[in-house]
Amino acid sequence: MAIKVVERRPLTLAERTYLPQILAGLKVTWDNMVRPPVTLQYPDERPAIPQNYRGVPTLVMDPNGREKCVSCQLCEFVCPPKAIRITPGEMSEDSANAHVEKAPKEFEINMLRCIYCGLCQEVCPEEAIWLQSQYSMTGLSREAMVNNKAKLYELGGTLPDNHHKWDKKKEEAERQAGGHH
Amino acid sequence: MENILHDLLLSPAWHFTAARGVTLILIVMTIAGYSVLLERKASAWIQGRIGPNRTMHPLIGWIPFLGTFLQKGGFIQPAADGGKFLFKEDALPGHVRKAYYVLAPIVALAPALAVLVMLPFGEFFHEGKRYAVSLTQGADVGVLLMFAVSSLGVYGIALAGWSANSKFPFLGAVRGAAQLISYELAMGLSVLTVFLATSAPGVDQGLSLVAMVDAQKGAWNLLTQPVAALVFLICVFAETNRHPFDMPESETDLVGGFHTEYGAFKFGIFFVAEYSHMVIGSSLFILMFLGGWHVLPWLPTVGEGWVASLLGVASFFLKLCFFLFFFVWVRWTIPRFRYDQVMRIGWRVLLPVAVLNLLAYFAWYAFRG
Repeated sequence: MAIKVVERRPLTLAERTYLPQILAGLKVTWDNMVRPPVTLQYPDERPAIPQNYRGVPTLVMDPNGREKCVSCQLCEFVCPPKAIRITPGEMSEDSANAHVEKAPKEFEINMLRCIYCGLCQEVCPEEAIWLQSQYSMTGLSREAMVNNKAKLYELGGTLPDNHHKWDKKKEEAERQAGGHH
Repeated sequence: MENILHDLLLSPAWHFTAARGVTLILIVMTIAGYSVLLERKASAWIQGRIGPNRTMHPLIGWIPFLGTFLQKGGFIQPAADGGKFLFKEDALPGHVRKAYYVLAPIVALAPALAVLVMLPFGEFFHEGKRYAVSLTQGADVGVLLMFAVSSLGVYGIALAGWSANSKFPFLGAVRGAAQLISYELAMGLSVLTVFLATSAPGVDQGLSLVAMVDAQKGAWNLLTQPVAALVFLICVFAETNRHPFDMPESETDLVGGFHTEYGAFKFGIFFVAEYSHMVIGSSLFILMFLGGWHVLPWLPTVGEGWVASLLGVASFFLKLCFFLFFFVWVRWTIPRFRYDQVMRIGWRVLLPVAVLNLLAYFAWYAFRG
């Protein structure tokens, strides 16, 4: 392998006085100074959160206000830090959402355990649990850091989907039930 | 107006003397505080940040535009900082040499204040006679005394480093003392050429700063003696322990340098002393090379009224502000020199350059006759 000798040029007199370099440096810092600052003043200004951000896990509803979660507990089983605890439950007959799938009686995500891995979202067959854009979870006690069902739906909001699976399920279930009578 | 100025600046009555003293302390503390603010703001701008913009006093904050302006500009920050220094626990470490440890900040600040007393920063006329705007009149002992007293500040650093009884402060103090002594020489030699230019044979006040400013009514000394100005400027940076000659502090390798073991208000006093030295160094440079209170070269302040006096003082303070900013600007531009580089620049570059410059001026004046 050929050896290439890099010639190291001795410094010129001007370079050895440092002065031209210092002047150039002063210009660099001056240019930086007149540039607008890049600081984001956090509590007042919030960063723009990208669409695929994995923030606090939340539960979503469909456009008709029905909860999408059917308490299959797949997320609870897949959750690596065991942050999710679901109490499954039936829907009462007189509920507006009767004749559709089941729904969780209670759904708790312990945000002190959650590692924001997103496996719950990935495993959910109903697209009911989503890691959305909320990045700042604070609380004054351990209990406050456990998101219950109400909190999760409040954070999650509605998922705009035009599939209306629940409506079809309900119609189907009621048609079949009517056929029996 | 003239009479008030006259009384404030010249009256020997004790209450006016006291007023002058209080004024000096207030001015120095204010300048030091706002220099810290300038330092923080300018470094923030250079680094693309915003700097202190939150501190606010509830009594001022409600004023519509002024309050916002003061808050965004961080103008209350120095008061908050000073208050913090004042009310913190004044810890006295167990391993220090106590008497000297307490003495050191005083020794550091006193010479700085003493020099500021002598500093002229304008001129005014009263009943046909001209006086310098300064806190002591009749102390026109010239620049030699100022150099002598201001270099006493090194004892504060040395004493602090030694009495702290810990290795980092000691290293900082040794470095600082060596650096200050080394650069004093080149500084003095570079100033000699200004003396040569100012004091024509037969003129009686060759060492007076006022006379030096008078000699710059036309071309400023910066234009006629650029080499001396450059050497002096570099030495001012070294004498004030500012970057790139930050030897006594050397935050990255010596923790905090000579004031590592200091806290609370004693540390604050070191801070004020450093900024006072910056004010002194910049003022000397302005007086000797930048035309003092003259507004522009070939455009001295004219007239004998108090408007001209105020204009002169204002122009002096503008130059001072620029220099305080320049110190910060340089700080965020150049990294600190290594200790051996500092010594080499001082002894093997600046000193020969200053000597050669002086000899050249000697020859010039000798042959010109």
